[in-house]
Amino acid sequence: MEHLYEMLSRVDGYIYPNEIELHWGILIVLYPYITGLVAGAFILASLERVFKVKVLKPTYQLALLTALAFLIVAILPLVSHLGKPFRAYEIMTTPQSHSAMAIFGFVYLWYLMVVLLLEIWFDYRRDLVLWSEEKKGFWRRVYKILTLGVFDVSPKTVAWDEKLGYIVTVIGIPSAFLLHGYVGFIFGSVKANPWWSTVLMPVIFLFSAMVSGIALVMFLYMVVSWIRKVEIDMPCLDEVGKYLFYVLVFDFTLEALDQVHRIYEAEESFEILHMLVNGKLNITLFVLQGLLGTIIPLLTLGFFRIYKPKEKIRKTAYFIISLLILMGIFFMRWNVVIGGQLFSKSFLGFTSFKLGLIGGEGFLMAIFWMLLPFCILAFLLWLLPPWKKQEVS
Amino acid sequence: MGAKRINKSRRRFLKKSVVAGGTILATSGLKPFSVLIFAAKEPEDTLNPWYGIGIDIEKCIGCGMCAKSCKLENDVPQEPFYFRSWVEQYTIKNDGTIKVESPNGGIDGFSQSVPDNEIFKTFFVPKMCNQCAKSPCTQVCPVGATYESPEGIALVDEEYCIGCRYCIQACPYGCRYLHPEKKTVDKCTLCYHRITKGLKPACMETCPTGARIYGDLNDKDGELSLFLKKHNCQILKPHLNTGSKLYYNELSAEVR
Repeated sequence: MEHLYEMLSRVDGYIYPNEIELHWGILIVLYPYITGLVAGAFILASLERVFKVKVLKPTYQLALLTALAFLIVAILPLVSHLGKPFRAYEIMTTPQSHSAMAIFGFVYLWYLMVVLLLEIWFDYRRDLVLWSEEKKGFWRRVYKILTLGVFDVSPKTVAWDEKLGYIVTVIGIPSAFLLHGYVGFIFGSVKANPWWSTVLMPVIFLFSAMVSGIALVMFLYMVVSWIRKVEIDMPCLDEVGKYLFYVLVFDFTLEALDQVHRIYEAEESFEILHMLVNGKLNITLFVLQGLLGTIIPLLTLGFFRIYKPKEKIRKTAYFIISLLILMGIFFMRWNVVIGGQLFSKSFLGFTSFKLGLIGGEGFLMAIFWMLLPFCILAFLLWLLPPWKKQEVS
Repeated sequence: MGAKRINKSRRRFLKKSVVAGGTILATSGLKPFSVLIFAAKEPEDTLNPWYGIGIDIEKCIGCGMCAKSCKLENDVPQEPFYFRSWVEQYTIKNDGTIKVESPNGGIDGFSQSVPDNEIFKTFFVPKMCNQCAKSPCTQVCPVGATYESPEGIALVDEEYCIGCRYCIQACPYGCRYLHPEKKTVDKCTLCYHRITKGLKPACMETCPTGARIYGDLNDKDGELSLFLKKHNCQILKPHLNTGSKLYYNELSAEVR
């Protein structure tokens, strides 16, 4: 309670008495961030699978496994944030049809069970059979279980795997759009909050998800190649950079459009939002999200469309840009979630947010939830190494 | 010729029937979607009570008894961060600026910090749950822990609430908080446990000037209906279309 008394002394203007405490903290910032990484990584994977962008093949399985690793974790910060986490299952057992959050549970499950796991299974089934024959003991049994008892690796069956995997990916694209569009809808549909309430929110969330997911796969591909001491496939990396540029252009345009629209309409809430943007969100919005996370990557990637410097420079640039974008999108989520709670719904004042180091909603906890998907991904890459997959003859 | 004409008109009739039938079917099929738009329902049975609240701003003296008695009656934590009901003091200065204060929700009373010669006007505004007919909080609750009683009162089932706090975000009036011990959401129930026994809500029982009234909006001769007839009443944030049932008379445009 002491921290609330401290916050009470830092309130500017007038806020409703119940508004001193920010109800959604860093864990709720992580939830759309991680979900966005999933959707973005999956969409990058489907470019290869559905749209036949063959040059992206080296990142295909990596993108899929990244999506899975992050999807497993996506819901955990949300659950751990609940006042009553052991009641979380009620969202699935007794959902309210008119709640955006309740429907998200089903969208999430659909995406995990029907799309991602199925696609990965179809993609790896043949290899699982082959690996189960190679291995011995415990791991032989694990791979056998993962085949779900389908050991047929005849060309005809493998061709069916390919076909069914393709169909799942086709279904997966709108599902990925739905997944993150829905996360945006959770915020965009809160009419009480003018910082959130915009019809563009689901679309902005979707495009920023694609940006962050592609940047993550770009980063991981470089890191994994470096760990494995293999050459980076530059045409592939350039192609990822190209798509990243296109999506970033869309994302930037949409976000700018949203803000221009707000400024031009200048509704009742305009003044408080103007103060918010120029005050409490000054650094996170203009510097971290805008300049470092969007403008610099946009200009660099745009420049690479006109002039291609040497490989070494491009590699370094891609590495830095992917990190900058990942940071920028994180702060985009931060500015939405935290920013939306800093001003009062009375439009007359501000509360403040101080991130604690320890505790269930502290900085260290957030770091844990952020590192966990990387650990899961490392395990998945060890269990299902894309580079050990054998080409179907 | 005649047979052809008959055929044509028959075809036209069939076409029209199909279109009309299709429209009716589509409309009836779409009807369930209305549930997605508004969580709450309109008073279907006008014989049952449909509660609303009236606040006579001219009578409120800012004593804070309503906020105090609410905390005592409903076990609301005493710390100044949790309120089911509170009072705001509005001071409009001569230069047009607004000063709003609610120290500890008004429980300890108010003191005027603006010099008299700078004050254009000043008044008190008691706040509480608006008991919206189209309540955004009920709409967003993922598990239905926030629901509406048959009398139109938004309640929270603390045995069921998962503490996601989506309803707190959705309430435009800041009327909800997370109970620090229970870890579930809490809000004004219009003292449901009292009014169902024929008693007045605690805040209204203790108001010394009778500035607060509650009543059945279906009862056209009731106290609340008479208040609404007599005064030109307004609700807070009408543009949000929440169907608020908290009516203020003489509500100044500065109040949000």
